[in-house]
Amino acid sequence: MNLATEYLGLKLKNPLMPGASPLVDDLSTVRRLEDAGAAAIVMHSLFEEQIELERAALERDVESHTESFAEALTYLPTEEDFNETSEQYLQLIAKIKATVSVPVIASLNGITPGGWVNHAKLIEQAGADALELNYYDIPSDPNTSGAQVEKRAIDLVSAIRKNVSIPIAVKLSPFFSSLPNFVKQLLGAGANGVVLFNRFYQPDINIEDLDTESVLELSSPSELRLRLRWLAVLSAQINTSYAATGGVHSAEDAVRAIMAGANAVQIVSALLRNGPAHLTTILSDLTNWLEEHEYESVEQMRGTMNLKHCPDATAFERANYLRILKSWQV
Amino acid sequence: MSASKETGRSPKAATLDANEAVASVAYRLSETIAIYPITPSSPMAESCDEWSAKSRPNLWGSVPGLVEMQSEAGVAGAVHGMLNSGALTTTFTASQGLLLMIPNMYKIAGELLPFCFHVTARALATHALSIFGDHSDVMACRQTGFVMIASNSVQEAQDIACISHAATFETRVPFMHFFDGFRTSHEVSKIDLLDDEVLHSMINEEEIRAFRNRALTPDNPSIRGTAQNPDVYFQAREACNPYYANVPKAVQGLMDRFAKLTGRQYNLFDYVGHPEADRVLIAIGSGAETAEEAAVWLNAQGQKVGVLKVRLYRPFNLEAFIAAMPASVKSIAVLDRTKEPGALGEPLYLDVVTALAEARSTGLSQFACEPVVIGGRYGLGSKEFDPAMAKAIFDELLRERPKNHFTIGINDDVSGTSLEYDVTFDLEATDVVRAVFFGLGADGTVGANKNSIKIIGEETSNYAQGYFVYDSKKSGAMTISHLRFGPRPISAHYLIKRANFVACHQATFMEKFDVLSYAVPKAVFLLNTPFGADAIWDHLPREVQQQIVEKELQFYVIDAASVARAAGAGGRTNTIMQTCFFAISGVLPREEAIAQIKKAIKKTYGRKGDAVVAQNFAAVDQALAGLHEVKIPANCINGPAMLPPVPEAAPDFVKRVTGVILEGKGDLLPVSAFTADGTWPVGTTQWEKRNIADKLPVWDSSICIQCNKCAFVCPHAAIRSKYYPSELLGSAPEGFNSVKMRGQEGQSFTIQVAPEDCTGCTLCASVCPAKSKTDPSHKALTMAVIPERSKEAAQYAYFLDLPNPDRTLLKPEVKSSQFAQPLFEYSGACTGCGETPYIKLLTQMFGDRLVIANATGCSSIYGGNLPTTPYTTDKNGRGPAWSNSLFEDNAEYGLGFRFAIDKQNGIARELLTKLAPQIGDTLVAELLAGGGREEAIIAAQRERVKALRERLAGLDQIEARRLSDVADFLVRKSTWILGGDGWAYDIGYGGVDHVLSTGANINILVMDTEVYSNTGGQMSKSTPFGATAKFAMAGKTRPKKDLGLMAMSYGNIYVARVAFGAKDAQTVKVFEEAESFDGPSLIIAYSHCIAHGYSLNHGLEQQRLAVESGTWPLFRFDPRRAAEGLAPLQIDNAPPKVRVADYLRNELRFKTKPENLAAFEAAAQEQVDQRVAHYQRLAGIAPSGNGEAK
Repeated sequence: MNLATEYLGLKLKNPLMPGASPLVDDLSTVRRLEDAGAAAIVMHSLFEEQIELERAALERDVESHTESFAEALTYLPTEEDFNETSEQYLQLIAKIKATVSVPVIASLNGITPGGWVNHAKLIEQAGADALELNYYDIPSDPNTSGAQVEKRAIDLVSAIRKNVSIPIAVKLSPFFSSLPNFVKQLLGAGANGVVLFNRFYQPDINIEDLDTESVLELSSPSELRLRLRWLAVLSAQINTSYAATGGVHSAEDAVRAIMAGANAVQIVSALLRNGPAHLTTILSDLTNWLEEHEYESVEQMRGTMNLKHCPDATAFERANYLRILKSWQV
Repeated sequence: MSASKETGRSPKAATLDANEAVASVAYRLSETIAIYPITPSSPMAESCDEWSAKSRPNLWGSVPGLVEMQSEAGVAGAVHGMLNSGALTTTFTASQGLLLMIPNMYKIAGELLPFCFHVTARALATHALSIFGDHSDVMACRQTGFVMIASNSVQEAQDIACISHAATFETRVPFMHFFDGFRTSHEVSKIDLLDDEVLHSMINEEEIRAFRNRALTPDNPSIRGTAQNPDVYFQAREACNPYYANVPKAVQGLMDRFAKLTGRQYNLFDYVGHPEADRVLIAIGSGAETAEEAAVWLNAQGQKVGVLKVRLYRPFNLEAFIAAMPASVKSIAVLDRTKEPGALGEPLYLDVVTALAEARSTGLSQFACEPVVIGGRYGLGSKEFDPAMAKAIFDELLRERPKNHFTIGINDDVSGTSLEYDVTFDLEATDVVRAVFFGLGADGTVGANKNSIKIIGEETSNYAQGYFVYDSKKSGAMTISHLRFGPRPISAHYLIKRANFVACHQATFMEKFDVLSYAVPKAVFLLNTPFGADAIWDHLPREVQQQIVEKELQFYVIDAASVARAAGAGGRTNTIMQTCFFAISGVLPREEAIAQIKKAIKKTYGRKGDAVVAQNFAAVDQALAGLHEVKIPANCINGPAMLPPVPEAAPDFVKRVTGVILEGKGDLLPVSAFTADGTWPVGTTQWEKRNIADKLPVWDSSICIQCNKCAFVCPHAAIRSKYYPSELLGSAPEGFNSVKMRGQEGQSFTIQVAPEDCTGCTLCASVCPAKSKTDPSHKALTMAVIPERSKEAAQYAYFLDLPNPDRTLLKPEVKSSQFAQPLFEYSGACTGCGETPYIKLLTQMFGDRLVIANATGCSSIYGGNLPTTPYTTDKNGRGPAWSNSLFEDNAEYGLGFRFAIDKQNGIARELLTKLAPQIGDTLVAELLAGGGREEAIIAAQRERVKALRERLAGLDQIEARRLSDVADFLVRKSTWILGGDGWAYDIGYGGVDHVLSTGANINILVMDTEVYSNTGGQMSKSTPFGATAKFAMAGKTRPKKDLGLMAMSYGNIYVARVAFGAKDAQTVKVFEEAESFDGPSLIIAYSHCIAHGYSLNHGLEQQRLAVESGTWPLFRFDPRRAAEGLAPLQIDNAPPKVRVADYLRNELRFKTKPENLAAFEAAAQEQVDQRVAHYQRLAGIAPSGNGEAK
């Protein structure tokens, strides 16, 4: 079975890869993922906020205590001995590159063009084959318009494009007024593909402590449907690389994503829950499924259920909602 | 810089301190290094640790191995072993550490083991501890058989280190190289570095081979360390003499070789001054350089004086000494930087007198007439020694009968030893820029100045020197930087008294300190102030205005905070102030200076990216734009008067002595101001109003739930809680806040901040659980800027005057404990300190009967460092009796307290029984039965003791007087032994273990910061797995020692682990149970610390995470439970519910293992899981398993 696919210009042996997660922090896990069949390794995100906060924290919490007291001119080893997250990250890229032979996709998370954008260049220098820009903007200011939010993203992609020559994928949230138009603009600014979609941390409210709590729950297969719709809509009209992420738990889910137009499928929750070896299961299930259904290749299947080709295109458009309501009226 | 005569090479120049310079030589010439932290030598060990961690090779291409020991005694033992096993070895120490090495020093010398170590000479603890420099420690080693060789400056320290390492191999006699603690060890200076080639040329490989061949080995065994009998010991002891006889010649030979290599000639005794001097001053150390400055000046005035610098002090070479002295000398003053009470004189003096006598008797004497010799003491505990003092000694030698056994630099109005000197005499060269900077520890002033020294020293042909004076507080501390820049090497090793540039980086200092006393006429004065050039004048104290006018100062202002904000540089103003210094001091042409600063910025911040560099460049440019000269108004002295150092209401002693120290004028206090035995009055921090908080907690009484947690967590006892009869509110000052006390009719309740003592740490606001129902972001305590503190201060004064609740009504619970008066207040501990809340609680629960033995460390510094101390008394004058003995002996010291107390209690009981007929049987019976621990019993017993004393007063019997003397011991005393983990886990562990084993009724409280906090965060055995600390640069690879478990193994010791930020109620319960347990108790208390590398605002949160992750289990092991058939161990926290990583990731100390972070976290988790399970088994409950943590 020909499972090969092309994503962001990278030739992949199959469409499956672990999505951005802490799984890759441990090199032995990375090795296991490759052994399990991962076609690429997507790293967790390096956060803009973290880069900036760490810098401020070092100054506030370490430097401000130095040179104050005769017995202890410092309280910790010198600052350069502490690996800031960004440096750890760059080292990790190099180490993963040295560990695996499949492409390594690093990930940056941020929303404002600033000094931290330099890190894109450093990531490229560290050997990443592609960069996934995790664009994660919560527009809470009533004075910021949708157009401004979009412009911010476009500017950011342009700024990073200027810094690097490796492919850039933009990982998006579903919350844009006109996703197809926005994706077009991103590609115009230099992006080479999009990843659908981000899963936000949704804060919960602790009613005892009157406080908020950060909660991250693993995805469920039902979340895939949102991805399927937009893959179907976008892939039918805009020619670029697509990755599905969020809700792919089985080979069948992967088939769905590819049929909707995905070049690549990222898996996180299923691997966190079942371990890296689970990728082998999904991969062999996928192969079996394709064989059983007499497909020649993944490529043959890709996009076959998108807006252009699927028998009932309206399903992905407004009518979808009506049909579901009707089905419940029985 | 001088080029070598032999090679013509120009050596590399660098600016660094002697610690770094010496460590670089010692490291390169060593293979094994044993270390232990002690001020001021710790930086040498830290440098070696850093280089080793970074795999920097020694001279032979191998990376030296380092091992941290549990004490200096341990270091000495390890070193002895390393030497006998044939490894090139070094170490570093000072003061008490050196004393602990003495036994092994005899062994090492006795076995003629080539070894060189380096000592930053420091005072010894006598009537008080001092971390500062003098020769008391090294002089205590004269008899060990070690060679003693001294260096006087940063350059010399590096050079003599090299010569000493070479000489020990040539002579086989071990060397102790020493230089002045702080004055030399911490002085930053431009020196010629010794490259590897010079070191190679100095070391004789054949001698190293011979050393290795002598090492103990089973392949060719010999035996050392035998025991010898009266027949042979003596002869064998004398067998080493030829080796000692050879030392002077060998050292001089190496000094000569060194001179050929570097152009710098040293001699066993270096004489400088007039060749036909009639007066000579003899000294060791940096003071000799100062004396030389005075001699040069006096000779230029036509006098004939000289200075003999003693370098090789042991063995003392008579021939070289006599040869170095000018034959013309008529009188000699010998200066000792140590004190030997009761001796005929101090050591160097005695040696000189003996040398002269021996020279005379052996015919070596070449003097025209036999010189008069006097001896004197100077510079103890880093007391200044300057040219004026040296001149006074030369002047004294002119007198017919010069004063012998004098002191210089102090006013001894008790014994009349001191020489007077002219305080206005000064020798600063006019072409040397002298700059003095007043900064706050946290504002980066010292760091920026070190940077300026590097710029000028390394980027220009000028010489530069810096010396930094720190104050005794750990936070909110003032720093004074003394910088000299000039065209020649700088030989002035004393503080600047007359500066042509004075900068004050904190405007509030102008109200408290006489900053401008340092300024010479027409000096430049730079002030960082929010007021602009037009507005500043009226805000200056009149004393300051007066000096500016009289001295015609050029006065500049800058608002550095605003500039920093505008440039996006955050709160750090150091680059801005540094730019202003370069712009107006004239030390370099302005353009060049700015270019150099920017170059330095690029070097420092380059790796952080262009944006950070650009941000700092912007700060430089905006600093120049924001710097303005102030036009001095004519005849306008209109400012407010400077603040008195202590309030008018302070006791006489505090005004007379403490106040003078607080003003920075402690040097002026005469000997008579002090007690002869080091005793000081308590409760003096209350008179030092520091006003260092930017924001203060503000209490909203309407939502307060009266839990008292805020007062509980306050590290400085600066927020307090009280309930009191409501009718007293009639006289309350304006704005005094109160509410009805819950559950107590007729009583009111107040939470009150001490606005002038609060450090603004925010822990109280952070712990406050009371949120507004309608706006949960608003709590009963919120931090706010309080512009006018005097009103709040009046409210606090009123609050303090309100009666404290009756102690007998208070219960051992969190809330109730905080109604008791804290007898530990406003210490100099760090803002947000994690130790002090425990001590404060201790004083609240048992303060009026508390005896504390305190190990040296943070708690002894904030507990007992002058000028003001925090332990205080209640309205009856009772309070903790506190004392610090040493670092290593604290448990034993506390046991001594207990024994003495118990004995005196026993004596009192014996006498009571004996005198019962006269005293009355009922009272005696009650007294004998009244030694209980409950508050009411104690109060009643005190009343009985009072009655007893009254009856005894009427008895004319010696026993009655004796009973009266010990009657107070009939009231129970609570003995506590306090210290940190460095003490309890390491240096004092043997004592802790032993004292616990005695069964004595003592309580040990270990405030566990998991590092040696006081000396700057070095690893202890308490340091957890994976944590980075000094001496564990790459993260500790071994787990934390479980002290609690070890103590539990005795079975009859009360052991507990607490974390007040995680479970305050358990902490209180543990203190109560430990105190009530009639036997030894050990409490291990989690103490967050700045050495953990995060903002201590989150200290309580981290404590909670430490406990909830299982990293810091809370437990109580109470032997009393076994008698009831229960498992003695109780676990007081729920099974872990968060991952260990959730705790670790918040602290910088755990962030140094990028390559295997995940593996580290997994290993840490595994260790915690195993320990949790182990504890659960011990407690008799089924292990919860790993699955519980999410």
